[in-house]
Amino acid sequence: MINPETLRYTQQTGDFGPMLESIPYAGWIGLQCDRFGDDLIFRLPKKDSNLGNPILPAIHGGVIGGFMELSAAIYLVMAQDTLRLPRIVDFSLDYLRAGLNRETYAECRLTRQGNRVSNVMVLAWQKSREEPIATARAHFLLDG
Amino acid sequence: MNNETRIRRINRFIETLNQARGLGLIAREAGEDYLVMELPYNEQLIGNPETGAMHSGAITTLMDTASGSVMMCALEDLELCPTLDLRVDYMRPAEAGKAVLARAETYRVTRNIIFTRCEAYHEGGKTIANCVGTFMRVGKEATPKSYRKLITGEAE
Repeated sequence: MINPETLRYTQQTGDFGPMLESIPYAGWIGLQCDRFGDDLIFRLPKKDSNLGNPILPAIHGGVIGGFMELSAAIYLVMAQDTLRLPRIVDFSLDYLRAGLNRETYAECRLTRQGNRVSNVMVLAWQKSREEPIATARAHFLLDG
Repeated sequence: MNNETRIRRINRFIETLNQARGLGLIAREAGEDYLVMELPYNEQLIGNPETGAMHSGAITTLMDTASGSVMMCALEDLELCPTLDLRVDYMRPAEAGKAVLARAETYRVTRNIIFTRCEAYHEGGKTIANCVGTFMRVGKEATPKSYRKLITGEAE
């Protein structure tokens, strides 16, 4: 897992740089995160290597999924006192619109926090939150 | 269409997807209603620095690509089908240093919808993840003719 000190530093400062640098996959897709008060907004800047559909062109659906999965895991770390990244159990993803070749955003909501399992909702959009490109629901195991 | 043709079509198709090409995805095996796709191990995809396991997001992309390509095995004409939804269950993390394989199949093809299922695993190993997906048939006309020819190889 990620160094607990790095997670503690991120929780305390809201500086996501060191944590994201310690997760190679975050760099692979280019995930960024910004904190506004208690709110977290995840960003996936426009990146040609993330494209799937070459005709539209559109972001690969798997990349949108990976972005939302990782966003949910980071969101949980920040929402809790735990100093480990939670383990994903399952992930259910509805694609609502094509993710065009532009910046994508995601926000998460903790639907239910149990003793061992968390249920997180994720919403991803581009131009407007009112027009989401995907919604997802994930379960995470906390004592992993 | 024979299995060699299926594999060639799928590999030409994934070659046009930047992310799939970057991951080094490659179709290894194909039949009338199934295919096996490989994701080589890559340190840049690590999600857990301590174990070196690739991130579940990379496995999701492998399974989405395999599930989104397997209809090319089942349909005679090339038609791209957008993903409606995916549901992935993660059984256990992938192991460091090992390629991940995904076997996808179409278990029901209707006029409008294609239902798929997919299993990710290491060669000879236990299941890493299971995935079911639904894909919408938008018709072959929705895919430009030049692109269809590129994938079927008629352009060569």
